[in-house]
Amino acid sequence: MSRIGLFVCHCGINIAATVDVERVAEVVGRDSHVVFATDYKYMCSDPGQQLIKDAIVEHGLDGVIVAACSPGMHEKTFRATAAAVGLNPYRCEIANIREQCSWVHQEEPERATEKAIEIVRTMVEKVRRDEDLVPFELPITRRALVIGGGVAGLEAALSIASAGYPVVLVEREGYLGGKMARLSGTYLNFEAAPDLLQQRVGRVLNHPNIRVLLNAQVTGLEGYVGNFKAEVSGSRVQIPGSNLKPEAPKPETLEVGAVVVATGWDPYPLERLPEYGGGRVPDVIDGLAFEEMLRPGGELRRPSDGRVPREVVFVQCAGSRDPERGVSYCSKVCCMYVAKQAMMFKERVPEGQAYVFYIDIRSAGKGYDEYVQRAMEQHDVLYLRGKVSKIFRRGGRVVVWGADTLAGRPVEVEVDLVVLATAMLPSRGAIPLAQTLHIQTDGYGFYNEAHPKLRPVESLTAGIFLAGAGQGPKDIPEAVAQAGGAAAKVLQLFAQEAMVQEPTVAYVVEELCAACGACVAVCPYEAREIHPVRGIATVNAALCQTCGACVVACPNKASRIHNWEPGQVLAMADVLTEMSS
Amino acid sequence: MRVSYYPGCTLSTKARGYDRSGRAVAAALGVELVELPEWQCCGATFPLATDNSLALIAPTRVLYQAEQAGEQVAALCAICYHVLKRTQTTLERDLEMRERINWFTEQEYQGRVRVVHLLELLRDEPGWDGLAERVTRPLKGLRAAPYYGCLLLRPYDEIRLDDPESPTILHDLLRALGAEPVDFPYNVECCGSYITVKEPKISETMSRDIVASAREHGAQVIVTACPLCQFNLDYPQRETEFGRSGEEIPVVYFTQLMAVALGLPEEDWGLEEYYVDPRPLFRD
Repeated sequence: MSRIGLFVCHCGINIAATVDVERVAEVVGRDSHVVFATDYKYMCSDPGQQLIKDAIVEHGLDGVIVAACSPGMHEKTFRATAAAVGLNPYRCEIANIREQCSWVHQEEPERATEKAIEIVRTMVEKVRRDEDLVPFELPITRRALVIGGGVAGLEAALSIASAGYPVVLVEREGYLGGKMARLSGTYLNFEAAPDLLQQRVGRVLNHPNIRVLLNAQVTGLEGYVGNFKAEVSGSRVQIPGSNLKPEAPKPETLEVGAVVVATGWDPYPLERLPEYGGGRVPDVIDGLAFEEMLRPGGELRRPSDGRVPREVVFVQCAGSRDPERGVSYCSKVCCMYVAKQAMMFKERVPEGQAYVFYIDIRSAGKGYDEYVQRAMEQHDVLYLRGKVSKIFRRGGRVVVWGADTLAGRPVEVEVDLVVLATAMLPSRGAIPLAQTLHIQTDGYGFYNEAHPKLRPVESLTAGIFLAGAGQGPKDIPEAVAQAGGAAAKVLQLFAQEAMVQEPTVAYVVEELCAACGACVAVCPYEAREIHPVRGIATVNAALCQTCGACVVACPNKASRIHNWEPGQVLAMADVLTEMSS
Repeated sequence: MRVSYYPGCTLSTKARGYDRSGRAVAAALGVELVELPEWQCCGATFPLATDNSLALIAPTRVLYQAEQAGEQVAALCAICYHVLKRTQTTLERDLEMRERINWFTEQEYQGRVRVVHLLELLRDEPGWDGLAERVTRPLKGLRAAPYYGCLLLRPYDEIRLDDPESPTILHDLLRALGAEPVDFPYNVECCGSYITVKEPKISETMSRDIVASAREHGAQVIVTACPLCQFNLDYPQRETEFGRSGEEIPVVYFTQLMAVALGLPEEDWGLEEYYVDPRPLFRD
């Protein structure tokens, strides 16, 4: 005979206005296995939980049923309540009489009450047969893989390595720094991007906990959070020193516990802007190409004839915010870097003229709007509000057709050079990498975060984190901040002694298993395989999500789930069939 | 190959030379253009308002006739092509609209006709290489400026003939004929279109810039696929103040250059009726 306690929750009026909660407690309380039954206004409140604790101790309960909301809401809460007074938490179960009963049967209170009684009675049969379970502990490999050696990847690698954990940093190109390595100065204070970056790169290359692989690709990833195996092909960088001699890439398998994906962005191809002469007019270039002209050591000269440009047009939103021919989103950084480039141009060519065509100025950020105002007011950059319709060559110059929507008239400007602030696209390798890593991307190929507000640096795959512009357009400080956040998540994982896994997963009754492989084929989580030596099916408990597909598929009933045993399920079904007959 | 052909009103009147040369070159390339019986006007404008089903009735009647006759219907006039193709796209995508129009016309248009321009028909068969092989009188050294205008290419989502910003189909055709296509930045600018009726000054300004740009880039002839473009670029050069400044450039249809290059007799060229006479260019 079991000693089960039943606790029926009113959930204010959510349940009690439809279901007769007192009657549920009274009727099910008559069951010989139920030794205590009561109802309460809010079972999840402190007094409600205290009520459960007291009853467990006072009545020596060996099982608890909380008839309340969905287990998704408070199963963890009530299991912790039970555990606090020494009851094995897996003997505490939820009977969902809110989402699956009171909320959907508000028109029929009497039948809803009958249904609630049935639901709770099935749970009595389950709890009677529940066993004590203990969570699994899984080891954690405390080494991180960072994919992408741009400013976000560098920051993530340094943060994790500085906390004492080894990091492998994989970069596709033959150098570190990513797109930032091509920039001249950074906005707000014109600090030289190469200097800023070089300090970072130097620290990464010399860090004893960081191994850098250049010309490298991640070609495969298997395993699960805390225990990944990554296939990586790349060449090793000689440490110390910045003398990066490339060697032939060689494939290897890395064991890592966490992955940070920081693959960054690529510019929208000029060739996809034919109306702007992209790819056809040599003096129409993109923002990155202009950065290279402004860099120390670069030369501010037109590609066509090498002359220093006197008049320059900057076109914002080239490819961005253009649902018909380009991408719909705002690339976010262009308003700022165009202001920076226009000012740097005016510093070099003080008698020159810079024009900026814009739709509107998006300069949200600390000090950002003041910076754009500076370009307009102190550097005489001429801002024209309107889209550019067409750019073409006339003689040796470039003609820009646009509109000045404030003056309400079309504008034609003839200049020496045109800089297109082209859209930021996800890195060209992002979609294949996402497939390799089993993480998701949006329609453009940006990685999807697990939650747009509350989990912005995590992917939906546990143990894989996101940093930088691969997740969406962002500037350097944002990319660095996100990388710090991703690193903190990695460290949070590494700080645990072991990974704790719920014990309510599938297992195999070995003497019944015929190794037919039905469970392997049906498992959506790759948690099942046939043991190569013992010739029986096994369960990788870390990957199992308790979906039950293997239990249904197994012809011998060898695949089972702890505390969802065949006997339990059949007894629950018996309750329903008896009551309805 | 037999293909239904919709000439449209302009090709029976102002642009007879386009019609004549078009039929002749198609026949020379093994394409028989079979004129739809008792066709009517396509309406000449595609409605800008999305709920204007009235304006879709005329083109749908044309499409219905074409559907009775075969799988596809070819047009030469860029405007007819534009209206028929967009109507077809609309009725293919919008079942409710199709039912509404069919209810009114009391004809069951199924929405299946493929509307093609002769340009795309020839691009696919015999293709530019195939065309080049049949050229008997290559237009060697002829600097021809392909002028696309708007209605042949836009909006891309519904027309899908070529890239509206950097089209190549006329360039490719001219190369096949042995001519030298002249790239000029105004090749997809609007000629003013119908505005020539109400505000001729505006369209004359627009066409003057187009002709001037072609001239600056060394063109000897401007090539078009649209009767209204032909008129708007040709007429002002001889008949208005604007046009008379500078050297004249004849404006012809691509089919007319094809007729010359394929060695067809001069009566098939259809070049008699233009303000700026193109014939001196082609007489040996």
